[in-house]
Amino acid sequence: MYPRSFHYHRAGSLEEAVSLLSSLGPEARLLAGGQSLIPLMKLRLAAPQHLVDLNFAPGLSYIDFAGSQLRLGAMTRHSELEASADARRIPILRDCAAGIADVQVRNRGTIGGSLAEADPTGDWAPVMLALGAEVVCLGHQGQRLLPFASFIQDAFTTALAPGELVREVIVKTPAAKSGGAYLAFKACAPVYAAASAAAQLTLEDGVCSAAGIFLGAVALTPVHAVEAEGALVGKAVNEKSIAAAAEAAAAASDPPADLRGSKDYKRSLVRALVARAVEAAHRRARGEAVEVSHLYA
Amino acid sequence: MPEAAALVPIRVTVNGKAHSLSVEPRTLLVEMLRETLNLTGTHIGCDTSFCGACTVMLNGASVKSCTVFAVQADQGEVLTVEGLASNGELHPIQQAFVEHHGLQCGYCTPGMLLSTLQLLEKNAHPEEKDVRKAIAGNCCRCTGYQNIFKAVQVAAERMGKT
Repeated sequence: MYPRSFHYHRAGSLEEAVSLLSSLGPEARLLAGGQSLIPLMKLRLAAPQHLVDLNFAPGLSYIDFAGSQLRLGAMTRHSELEASADARRIPILRDCAAGIADVQVRNRGTIGGSLAEADPTGDWAPVMLALGAEVVCLGHQGQRLLPFASFIQDAFTTALAPGELVREVIVKTPAAKSGGAYLAFKACAPVYAAASAAAQLTLEDGVCSAAGIFLGAVALTPVHAVEAEGALVGKAVNEKSIAAAAEAAAAASDPPADLRGSKDYKRSLVRALVARAVEAAHRRARGEAVEVSHLYA
Repeated sequence: MPEAAALVPIRVTVNGKAHSLSVEPRTLLVEMLRETLNLTGTHIGCDTSFCGACTVMLNGASVKSCTVFAVQADQGEVLTVEGLASNGELHPIQQAFVEHHGLQCGYCTPGMLLSTLQLLEKNAHPEEKDVRKAIAGNCCRCTGYQNIFKAVQVAAERMGKT
């Protein structure tokens, strides 16, 4: 399948990409990993007149750990995050990176591209919300820092202004007694998830002192499961409180019925995914090494 | 419609051989391999980035060549199934697939071989769960995968000894 014809531009830096986007106007798109954009172009659901390729610009792929925070360059591939010892310090990041699609897609796809696309079934958004991450955006008027919660606005819609792009993502290192986990359920590796759940818990004296629980793929943007968090904060994390949190998350989600499942089916998935994610997050917060991976039907 | 886009000159090394080509920006890597270089061992299956039949190595990383533009391989190195055998001898991965019935119709095989190579380059002693994860992006509609897992394990054993 051939995409519509387009003009190809190669940016040597993010600054050059910003200037190209400004001069080429709204018919120009950035090409990062291309793992969503190229299929969309082949299906002619997208037909940009200009592509600005970031893949030849040096220095945009990095994972910098500096004690209190981890900085991820926009062109960092999912596979680089999957293999990174620094990313492993925050296990929920590795859960996510290692579960995205398949090896080949992870070798190309980038964190900046994934966040900027804001696909409702994207894996990174619930994780970044659970971690309270921030996005550094670069435009022709300069740089600005946005909490991820205000960066993501709607399905396929972010706070990026025309000509603006993602420079890097900043993740604060969670507290010592904090643990997180991310799980998605899908039919097989290369397809969109039917539902996903991200949980990050902090413990104090055996009691959950803070919780971030976000659901993916069940609405146009990630669902903040506030009631599920309320079922855990101030309590001991045990079978009973985990079940209450899972039930609250299922009740809070109103997933659309589609080819990936009915509303009830997806609610059941949310219940199971939240229970498993919270349990793994809790064990990690207590210092246990727990393997978590995406679930296939 | 935009006017016809200018051809872009690229230099790319495929299976060790350097090529200077001019490609239309919308040309996919798999189309350049098959139609310009006549390397038809790389197959187009679904053409939607799902099935993995078009998997090749680009600069040492396995990619779905239906989801990369040829211009993006500029200054790069590509390895396709045609580049696996050397001096008339099958690559140990190919030999193991032959011996352990890792294929029936053969359509998915080029992609399976390259995904196996990617796995064994990073993990010389994979467990079955590692093999499953490594070929999760490659569909086979004949074998039921069991013989592929076996072939990959045998290839790993042989390559680990050399």
